[in-house]
Amino acid sequence: MEKFTKLTGIAAPMALVNIDTDMIIPKQFLKTIARTGLGKNLFDEMRYTLEGAEIPDFVLNQPAYRHSEILVAGDNFGCGSSREHAPWALLDFGIRCVISTSFADIFYNNCFKNGILPIVMPQEVVDLLMDDAKKGANARQTIDLETQTVTTSDGRVFPFEVDAHRKHCLINGLDDIGLTMEKVTAIDAFEKKNASLHPWA
Amino acid sequence: MTARTLYDKIWDDHLVDQAEDGTCLLYIDRHLVHEVTSPQAFEGLRMTGRRVRAPEKTIAVPDHNVPTTLDRANAATMTEDSRIQVEALDKNAKDFGIHYYPVSDVRQGIVHIVGPEQGWTLPGMTVVCGDSHTATHGAFGSLAHGIGTSEVEHVLATQTLIQRKAKNFKVEITGHLMPGVTAKDITLSVIGATGTAGGTGYVIEYCGQAIRDLSMEGRMTVCNMAIEGGARAGLIAPDEKTYAYCMGRPHAPKGAAWEAAVTYWKTLFSDDDAQWDKVVTLKGEDIAPVVTWGTSPEDVLPISGVVPSPSDFTGGKVEAVQRSLDYMGLTPGQKLSDIQIDTVFIGSCTNGRIEDLRAAAAILKGKKKKDGLRAMVVPGSGLVRAQAEAEGLAQIFIDAGFEWRLAGCSMCLAMNPDQLAPQERCAATSNRNFEGRQGRGGRTHLLSPAMAAAAAITGHLTDVREMMTEKV
Repeated sequence: MEKFTKLTGIAAPMALVNIDTDMIIPKQFLKTIARTGLGKNLFDEMRYTLEGAEIPDFVLNQPAYRHSEILVAGDNFGCGSSREHAPWALLDFGIRCVISTSFADIFYNNCFKNGILPIVMPQEVVDLLMDDAKKGANARQTIDLETQTVTTSDGRVFPFEVDAHRKHCLINGLDDIGLTMEKVTAIDAFEKKNASLHPWA
Repeated sequence: MTARTLYDKIWDDHLVDQAEDGTCLLYIDRHLVHEVTSPQAFEGLRMTGRRVRAPEKTIAVPDHNVPTTLDRANAATMTEDSRIQVEALDKNAKDFGIHYYPVSDVRQGIVHIVGPEQGWTLPGMTVVCGDSHTATHGAFGSLAHGIGTSEVEHVLATQTLIQRKAKNFKVEITGHLMPGVTAKDITLSVIGATGTAGGTGYVIEYCGQAIRDLSMEGRMTVCNMAIEGGARAGLIAPDEKTYAYCMGRPHAPKGAAWEAAVTYWKTLFSDDDAQWDKVVTLKGEDIAPVVTWGTSPEDVLPISGVVPSPSDFTGGKVEAVQRSLDYMGLTPGQKLSDIQIDTVFIGSCTNGRIEDLRAAAAILKGKKKKDGLRAMVVPGSGLVRAQAEAEGLAQIFIDAGFEWRLAGCSMCLAMNPDQLAPQERCAATSNRNFEGRQGRGGRTHLLSPAMAAAAAITGHLTDVREMMTEKV
């Protein structure tokens, strides 16, 4: 997994609430057996016409936002299905950070497994960041995971919270499985105890 | 000992390790696998030379992509990419030695229907699957939730999941349901009351007399949509109905092991003085048959209602409602029961069990679907299909003009050929009315199986209670 330390990039505003994972990556693109290549189909049905032409109004089709690395989004981003294809598509497009007032649980988890930082901010801060993002390509925001701050294009700084374990894994690009494998003795012991307590399980 | 909720108890009994920063390692008793969210996980194991730690606790079945038409044994019924995914699961199941129900097996079906049916899902267990509707299994008092593909790989390799504990949310449905009101109406009404983010950060326990009165099938319908309310999982404490459902299933314990299991299961309830972080109470008598009008499961109203206006809402929901109404082709003030439909879909992990088919067949018996309307029933598993045929339900559907299909996820998410065309309007017993969910541009109204059957007869969204009066 690619490390995440500090990112300065274009932030795309998507104020719509309840953006679900079917919107982020529609089901016809879930038939892949790879993790890569989904960026061109990110937000496919919002981004392209039925014939495949770009819809000019859609934010990521606008010249200022074609190289966005941050999304500032409405409440409850990533709700719906557990498909990890959603963060894979975001990452493949180049998005490394999503900021919203809340995220659906599974999507939030999936982001961290893929080097994407989801940031929860209060409504008034998301509103400010949304306004800042609307300024376009010159309005680059800076995400500093080390200091846990977001800095707007005009220098306003907002702190955010993140789980210490997840921060550690993101900053160091660590894979969870390797870390859990180090606890194999505890897993063995649990299985042994459980086999006598709950043999049917 | 301090009072605990059911969630607290299951959590405590599965805790393998707790780090100083509060990060926990939770043991997983059952890992269900399907073809869409697993290929990258198995590939990860191959690349790192890892094995499946507990193949005997890992159960796979293809469901999302598989065609449901009677000719599906013919490979040409599947697109190439779908076929590759199903074949990848065939191979992964064989290579890694996990339990498998291939398409050709009569026990094949939707993973969340097969798990309980085969006795894999039991009270007090932790159950995960790379699918958000894993919440279904919470009906047994098992802690069950969806995970992403990276977590699928983590569970395959370690039989554990890294977790932080969620908060406790009690949803109580008091009293009794009125005639024509079902488990689907309960679960949609709860989401309508709490919103799709209302459960974020929580595990819900559904309780109250109206929940106790539900069959296991109904309880699965309620828990299935906990995820649509944003919750990590939904739970219902096990009781005699739960034990009766589990007893004799192929993978349920037998003999002395059964007795020991039931003794343990009887400890699985929330203590009277347990602490809740959030409580919502609905009166069973106040719940009506409901339908969704928008593109979020929280956009739910009684069938007697009218399409709302964006101005009825505040904040970000104003724009979302306007977008929904444009997408759905609806006008504020329009009566919900005036909405004409093109298609009826009965099936899915929400409502593809035998009781759902009985409820729909009870309305359809001796009647015909409206001319020109497309209608299909997709049983949740091959065994549900066989039982419905044995009970004569299949013939009722066929006589009413429905297509009688083979088991799979089908039009719930339209990864197989069962899809809506743009602007095609569907009354669906499934779980999501998102834009494009059932096919690009397709318009979905979620409702119960009985309500779907009523809509099939009239050709518009219909209050099933009117038809029940006719029957009397």
